[in-house]
Amino acid sequence: MIASFQPDSPGSSPDKAVSSPARAGRAYFGRRYLVSASHRLHTDALPAEENRAVYGKCNNLHGHGHNYMVEVLVRGVVDPETGMVVNLAVLDERVRARVVERFDHANLNLDPLFANCVPTTENLCRVIFGLLKDALPVGELEHVRVEETENNFFEFCGE
Amino acid sequence: MVYLTRRATFSASHYYWNPAWTAEKNEQVFGRCANRNGHGHNYTLEVTVAGEVDPVTGFVVDLKWLKGVIEREVLDAWDHHHLNLDVAEFAAPEFAAPELAPATGVGLIPTTENLAITAWRRLEPAISAAAAEAAAKGASGGARLSRVRVYETPEIFAEYRGGL
Repeated sequence: MIASFQPDSPGSSPDKAVSSPARAGRAYFGRRYLVSASHRLHTDALPAEENRAVYGKCNNLHGHGHNYMVEVLVRGVVDPETGMVVNLAVLDERVRARVVERFDHANLNLDPLFANCVPTTENLCRVIFGLLKDALPVGELEHVRVEETENNFFEFCGE
Repeated sequence: MVYLTRRATFSASHYYWNPAWTAEKNEQVFGRCANRNGHGHNYTLEVTVAGEVDPVTGFVVDLKWLKGVIEREVLDAWDHHHLNLDVAEFAAPEFAAPELAPATGVGLIPTTENLAITAWRRLEPAISAAAAEAAAKGASGGARLSRVRVYETPEIFAEYRGGL
């Protein structure tokens, strides 16, 4: 295969390819998962009128749903033998087992992880970060980003 | 400091294969990406530069110029090409950064991670040269490369922010 490579093709300057510092193999791998779930924003800490004032239509009694887009960003070293920060298939398996199967087509309010916190998307970000941070096959969890709709999204970096 | 991102798309084919491994191991690690006849994607490349806003133009950098840099340094070589066969860093070991290449002396495996790093290495010299030129003239403007993100599909991407 290398025989068919034309050395004078665009971008073939060798100093372009090798003139950067060592330790440059750290990169980020991102993957997006779809989770459809329902929720209702309501806290027993506030009276009914204040819940209504704070949460608006998100406080409607029987809840509503979203197609959440959950983005997982993994930081790590690119393994020269695979070219990968993390193997996509293994990452998918972990995220599906811990997050997608748990929340997809479920009511977030009924999950024990939301027994003591309101299932806002901010809190969903933090909960997902907590479920994944020690579950990665390799690398570190850089952030979890959750898009609730096309126009609003939230990110949590573990701090 | 303001961050400015230019997005571009390219279509290319590739496969993943480490010649030091057996066919079985390649298939086990890389799955369908190991099919030797290759497959392709519509990639999206996002290039983010960071700099101060020039008070005269209101620009961090001229987007037209940045578009040209991306086309010359990356798209001309990658768009509608086979990454393993046509692109220097993936086709031939002498063009592959040694710390990123497999021990067997082949080019980089054209994963999304390595595309992000390789795009950075192609873009960074042109962007830093322009910043140095602006500084030498005492002009404001001129930005540094801050982030390169490559989407292989809308759901899969890799990002590089320079040596960490």
